[in-house]
Amino acid sequence: MIRLEKRPAPSRFWAGLTPVLAVLATMAAGAVLFAALGKDPVEAIRTIFWDPLFHESFAAYSRPQLMVKAGPLILIAIGLSLGFRAGIWNIGAEGQYIMGAICGAGAGLALYPSESFLLFPLMVAAGALGGWGWAMIPAVLKTRFGTNEILVSLMLVYVAENILASVSSGLLRNPEGMGFPGSRNLQQWAAAANPELIANTGMHWGVVTAFVAVIFAYVLLNRHMLGFQIRLTGQSPRAARFAGVDPARLILICLGLSGALAGAAGLFEVAGPAGQISIDFGSGYGFTAIIVAFLGRLHPVGILLAGLLMALTYIGGELAQLMLGLPSAAIQLFQGMLLFFLLAMDMSANYRVRIGKPEVA
Amino acid sequence: MTPLLTVEGLTKAYPGVVANDHVSFDVMPGEVHALLGENGAGKSTLVKMIYGLVKPDSGRMTLRGAPFEPAEPRAARAEGVAMVFQHFSLFEALNVAENVALGMEAPPPQHQLAARIREVSETYGLPLDPGRIVGDLSAGERQRVEIIRCLLQDPKLLIMDEPTSVLTPQEVGILFETLRKLAAEGTAILYISHKLEEIRALCDAATILRLGKVVDSCDPREKSAAELAEMMVGAKLRRPERAKRALGEVVVELDGLSLPPASPFGTPLRDISFRVRAGEVLGIGGVAGNGQDELLAALSGEAQTRPEAIRLHGAPIGHLDPNPRRRIAVLAAPEERLGHAAAPDMSLTENALLTAAIRQGLAVNGFLKWPAARAFAEKIIETFDVRTPGAGNAARALSGGNLQKFVIGREVLQRPELLVVNQPTWGVDAAAAAAIRQALLDLAASGAAVIVISQDLDELLEISDRFAALNEGRLTAPRPADGLTLEEIGLMMGGAHDMEVAHVDG
Repeated sequence: MIRLEKRPAPSRFWAGLTPVLAVLATMAAGAVLFAALGKDPVEAIRTIFWDPLFHESFAAYSRPQLMVKAGPLILIAIGLSLGFRAGIWNIGAEGQYIMGAICGAGAGLALYPSESFLLFPLMVAAGALGGWGWAMIPAVLKTRFGTNEILVSLMLVYVAENILASVSSGLLRNPEGMGFPGSRNLQQWAAAANPELIANTGMHWGVVTAFVAVIFAYVLLNRHMLGFQIRLTGQSPRAARFAGVDPARLILICLGLSGALAGAAGLFEVAGPAGQISIDFGSGYGFTAIIVAFLGRLHPVGILLAGLLMALTYIGGELAQLMLGLPSAAIQLFQGMLLFFLLAMDMSANYRVRIGKPEVA
Repeated sequence: MTPLLTVEGLTKAYPGVVANDHVSFDVMPGEVHALLGENGAGKSTLVKMIYGLVKPDSGRMTLRGAPFEPAEPRAARAEGVAMVFQHFSLFEALNVAENVALGMEAPPPQHQLAARIREVSETYGLPLDPGRIVGDLSAGERQRVEIIRCLLQDPKLLIMDEPTSVLTPQEVGILFETLRKLAAEGTAILYISHKLEEIRALCDAATILRLGKVVDSCDPREKSAAELAEMMVGAKLRRPERAKRALGEVVVELDGLSLPPASPFGTPLRDISFRVRAGEVLGIGGVAGNGQDELLAALSGEAQTRPEAIRLHGAPIGHLDPNPRRRIAVLAAPEERLGHAAAPDMSLTENALLTAAIRQGLAVNGFLKWPAARAFAEKIIETFDVRTPGAGNAARALSGGNLQKFVIGREVLQRPELLVVNQPTWGVDAAAAAAIRQALLDLAASGAAVIVISQDLDELLEISDRFAALNEGRLTAPRPADGLTLEEIGLMMGGAHDMEVAHVDG
């Protein structure tokens, strides 16, 4: 009989290796999936993982896209990882991302056509505040009434999506847009735009902020008391209480931080790559960031790498749809498999496989 | 007479440790046979093999002359082997009869079962109402549920694992009457304990285990407790030394401390008052579940109360969180080592930080000083002889005794004015237990007030200046520990719960 035995201490070797194994397993299972769809599996995998970076004609376009896609994923995932480490499950980053974009863009549009250099910082602050406020709803409900933050934050995503639909055809609609839904294009308004900072790199202020967030999270978790309390609470809530951690305070901080980062990511997106508030602004970054956070093992540097990898599958996936006619559902399935395999392989870090009769110790 | 059970050369190895090494002994019908040994001597593994929970690597057993190889507890039960575990497996929300029925292969209808329970409980002097909810029962009464569950199977061999650790002395007396009656009827009893006086009072034969091997056997009635202890430990034990010391001023004063229970089956604290002076050790006894955890939480700051309920040097502190209390030198070490006193997956350095950040200055403006934290962890490891490869090791990789030394050492080295410990030597081997007790006495000698909550009465009598007992959340008035008899302590602990009128027939 095969059974699992808990290791006396988590294996560092396996903890580092599992993400790599999960990627390989996803490639293998994905190849089977694509073959079943009647596509050449090797070609499909190459299109997803290789062509976006090195294809002679596409790479020039898709390489900058890597940063554009990875930036918000990393920024949101860093925020989520802090809460996840403490056992606080913010599943509604997508909603906070949308509300950040609406609040940030709204703050800017309210001052149209200001050319002040303070406008963009103001919009960033408003965006972060919007995401923070949206995350405070599950946080306050949890600390006051003991509601489940998973459900509340998730449900609020759908509320945010409806608000988005409402403002893009109402409150924030471009008055010069001839009645079409969608706000003014912020990219064409210098004071409000989040431009590409270095040509052909995809680097914009959101990507810069994401990198800063990685460093910030690393220092917080490894060098600061708050980070220690976050880790302690996630591992052993009772010991955390004994160590003097106030659980309610930690919930407010973690949900607030992740909401603010998601909100800022939303603002950077709406003022940059997306350009405007529109009905289809929500692109699933908030949900994909959950995968990124776990794929990166909730470690800041891991999240940086995982964000880049996930961005790659996004771009590669689009390329594969275009080139090979793969359905977009297959690409989403492929991305989902990555999380599935990671969680499955994760067990090897904490357990080892034993073959033999079970015993009660 | 042929033995009921023969064990020959039983061996069981786990990775890194041989739990049982060629263990052999016989149990006669009607015999009360003691398995004596320290924690980790292999007693539990041995009886688990007899009960079919663990499969031996080699060796053989015979029961009534026939080969006996139980593949699972059900097979052992079918052969007439029953076991009462140290930790009960009862559902608190169900009543006694329902709990008993859950453990049976084919339970009879409830009213028949209730009648059977009444009959058995009266025959053996273990009064128990089948209709009561288990959550409302005392630990001693819960144990009776487990025993009656076994007796309903009409066992030939009854295994009891540390049965008295949850009982008051009076309840122990009642249990012993029951066991003697069972033995007189021909049931053999395998009795696991490290309590020497009990074994001398109850058992006809003893097999002594040390580090997985049988090192001796004897008739415990012919040996002194000291002789048995030496056989068990393999060396002379040094008793903690108590320096004569003058008591200082009152450090901590509790005045009418009451606390509602944290959970539906928790224990409320009711009107607890006492004072502890500098240099004094107050021992608090009581059966588990009578408010020990709650009292520690109220003193450590994990649970807050009215400010005036607890005073330190006259200043009200009942409302303070754990960290503000640490700042004024009020420290605590809870009972549960893994998951409460220490985080299992964190390193010892991180676990040192867990309570010592404030007093040892391990954080500046919230930024952690890892080298200082590591140095403090290493100081604990060195001072308290914690056996571990290093401060980077995870807490869960340490043995219970070593982790306990670390947890106690972590608080003692922070030079508390008041230290509260709960079960400081639970599950700790004799040498480590002696070291921990000595550390607590030394701390008191240096002028700290020490409160020791424990269920080990011998320990409390050894180190306390005054003794009080918790019973259903109430604390008796503390009395000088010197000259206190076990009888008096038992009465302080609440005597035998609902047992004053119980008698054993025959």
